Amino acid sequence: MAVRSRIKTLKIDGRDVSGHEDESILDIARENNIYIPTLCQLDGLSIVGACRLCLVEVQGWRKLVPACATYIEEGMEVFTNTERLQNYRRMILELLFSEGNHICAICVSNGNCELQDLAQKLGMDHVRFPNLQPVRTVDMTHERFVVDRNRCVLCARCVRVCDEIEGAHTWDIKGRGVDARVIPDLDIDWGDSPTCTSCGKCVNVCPTGALVVKGQPSGEMIKRQEFLVYLSEIREARNG
Amino acid sequence: MMTYEELQELAASEVEKQEQHDYCVRVCLAAGCLSLYNDEIKNALEIAVEDRGLGDKVAIKGVGCMGLCAAGPLVSVEPDGVLYERVSVDDAPAIIDALGKDPVEHIHCPLDIPFFERQQKIVLENSGVVDPESIEDYLTRQGYEALMIALTEMSSAEVIDEVVRSGLRGRGGGGYPTGLKWQTVAKAMGDTKYVICNGDEGDPGAFMDRSVLESDPHRIVEGMVIAAYAVGAQKGYIYVRAEYPLAIERLKLALRQARRHGVLGDNILGTGFNFNIEIRLGAGAYVCGEETALMASIEGNRGNPRPRPPYPADHGLWGDSTLINNVETFANIAPIVRNGGDWYASIGTEGSKGTKVFALAGQIQNTGLIEVPMGITLREIVEEIGGGTPGEKAFKAVQTGGPTGGCIPKEYLDVPVDFDSLVELGSIMGSGGMIVMDETSSMLGVARYFMEFCMTESCGKCIPCRVGTAQMFRLLDKITKGQGTMTDLELLEELCDLTKYASLCGLGQSAPNPVLSTLRYFRHEYLEQIIDAPEPVA
Ligand SMILES: Cc1cc2nc3c(=O)[nH]c(=O)nc-3n(C[C@H](O)[C@H](O)[C@H](O)COP(=O)(O)O)c2cc1C
Ligand code: SF4
Ligand code: SF4
Ligand code: FES
Repeated sequence: MAVRSRIKTLKIDGRDVSGHEDESILDIARENNIYIPTLCQLDGLSIVGACRLCLVEVQGWRKLVPACATYIEEGMEVFTNTERLQNYRRMILELLFSEGNHICAICVSNGNCELQDLAQKLGMDHVRFPNLQPVRTVDMTHERFVVDRNRCVLCARCVRVCDEIEGAHTWDIKGRGVDARVIPDLDIDWGDSPTCTSCGKCVNVCPTGALVVKGQPSGEMIKRQEFLVYLSEIREARNG
Repeated sequence: MMTYEELQELAASEVEKQEQHDYCVRVCLAAGCLSLYNDEIKNALEIAVEDRGLGDKVAIKGVGCMGLCAAGPLVSVEPDGVLYERVSVDDAPAIIDALGKDPVEHIHCPLDIPFFERQQKIVLENSGVVDPESIEDYLTRQGYEALMIALTEMSSAEVIDEVVRSGLRGRGGGGYPTGLKWQTVAKAMGDTKYVICNGDEGDPGAFMDRSVLESDPHRIVEGMVIAAYAVGAQKGYIYVRAEYPLAIERLKLALRQARRHGVLGDNILGTGFNFNIEIRLGAGAYVCGEETALMASIEGNRGNPRPRPPYPADHGLWGDSTLINNVETFANIAPIVRNGGDWYASIGTEGSKGTKVFALAGQIQNTGLIEVPMGITLREIVEEIGGGTPGEKAFKAVQTGGPTGGCIPKEYLDVPVDFDSLVELGSIMGSGGMIVMDETSSMLGVARYFMEFCMTESCGKCIPCRVGTAQMFRLLDKITKGQGTMTDLELLEELCDLTKYASLCGLGQSAPNPVLSTLRYFRHEYLEQIIDAPEPVA
């Protein structure tokens, strides 16, 4: 069956752009080299709209909308970088930094971390909130990988990649509010997980140093995420 | 399977049976009074009747909530029109002996007080009157008449039209126009559609929906079947929290009776329309009352909200179009169909039609469940129906809208209560919680208390709510302890703004309301606690 999709035209930051009706504001912005910060979104994974960093303003809309989870509409006027949005984004990052242990100097992901990059790019240079000092655990029981929940931003990328791409569904999120944390299977040691295939996809999609390969010297942990897009494209082609 | 004629015959014979008794003594067996051992009082009344050989003359009937829960256990006598309050087991013989005579003095509760006279009952019209465990009794009160009218005399578009004309707005908190929602689901593509009744009721202290489910469960079933017919759904779910065992038990019984009597299931009332309902139990997380989280929970997933759009009408349960309404919303449907949308629209204000049930609590004389027309003033509710604050203490504020609502001070007591006026005052209607506070209450304490609730109930998915509520709670705690600075107050206000506008779902978006409204009306109470606050300007 031929899929027909309508073309919509819209404005992003004053520029005239166009796209298909099933594309998000984020898709179109990226296509036109307009930067919108993102954290939970990753090409190839389902959209959750959780981090709220990609919020944008739309002329005449009462609410801010997540660019990753909002389809384009005819005639909409999107603003991606107003002062209000910049403030919100910095504050969201401050909150993240106040929630866990994000001391970059002692992290294997130092220099290769999406959270660190965001903070630099968005100009978050200090945190005004006290650290919440949550009690979070490190699990080193897996043969090759480590999960350090102190560095987790709860983006749920690992949960999604494991479920949607690897098909193992090892990861889940347990607990509510600031007590939420990623757990393998029914909250057992990762090393004991009967479902984990040790494929390492979660490690590669994790934006921070929360999921890493064991034995990496500080700053050497480089993640590879290109595989995701290829995998999803191959799958789509196969499913016709 | 029964036809409507057979149901009517059943109703007529039930009326006849009831008329054989000269007196009907009703005993409230809703959870509030039941917790006060009202079932034992019912037994004692039955024994007293037996002892006097009055079995043919006096019927003892277990009914649902009579409203004045503060004065429970409650017992009423018809046709004497007498209400007894704070009844004990020992009063049973005296109550029976007083039938048709002067009421028993020390437990007599006058009915000509504003608590009763100022109420207007639509949702609760059967509460405290019908036996919630008997479909026959429901039938004697025009039960399932609306369903019959809808199925046989009206097209689905006509049913929706009546709901649109009624002006009914969703009672689950948001106040979304019910008719519009029905229209959208009716128009949605796809052959499979669902109807969900939201009975999660997570607000602490709220018991409006529980009371309706316990007191008049058939009304919800009838409302849902009519809705299903209107939007073209085949399958329904009632989502009730597991902490409501009595409501669940009565609902289960009602569903069984409804199926047996042909008003639910296949070929309803012989019209060829099929619709079935299942009960799903919620584990009690507050956020599971949010519609997208609730649907995830029914699907067997973690009850997390997801971004909307797509709305449930478009992409609901298992991706199909789904109508989701609150218990009280469904409770209004049968009367609207029976009496017409225009009748309903004649009650209330311009933007908010009909009545609203409130759970009146806090520092007030008459706590309990009340149903009032929209547009009544807060003063009438607090001072007349509620009987004002007890003792010498002066009224300070009324908190509406549950944990994410706001506090309204005495200057605004004369504002008519409806969806829009409450929002203008910085609060919300919410599901109908109303907590009255006197001069001894600390507004800062109220804000801190509700923020703690939101913090623990945040699902943790989005950052502004997950971490924002935790940081706001710390700041409120710090200020309460007299350790806060002006910088802390500024940070608190910035966080309120972020959480309100950047959170994913209604929980985060409304979590700052208690802080914002107390800051708006009682800012001085914050400043009094702050160490480097500027001197108040005289
Ligand atoms: C955090 C949160 C909790 C909610 N809890 C309830 C609830 O307990 N009961 C309810 O009917 N609606 C609740 N809602 C509103 C529902 O999402 C939904 O709007 C409502 O069930 C729709 O029904 P209505 O149109 O009849 O009001 C909640 C919303 C939020 C954001
Ligand atoms: S472990 Fe990494 S990928 Fe998983 S939720 Fe935490 S930050 Fe995201
Ligand atoms: S606002 Fe709160 S409850 Fe709603 S999705 Fe975000 S974290 Fe979860
Ligand atoms: S990238 Fe859109 S909400 Fe996270």
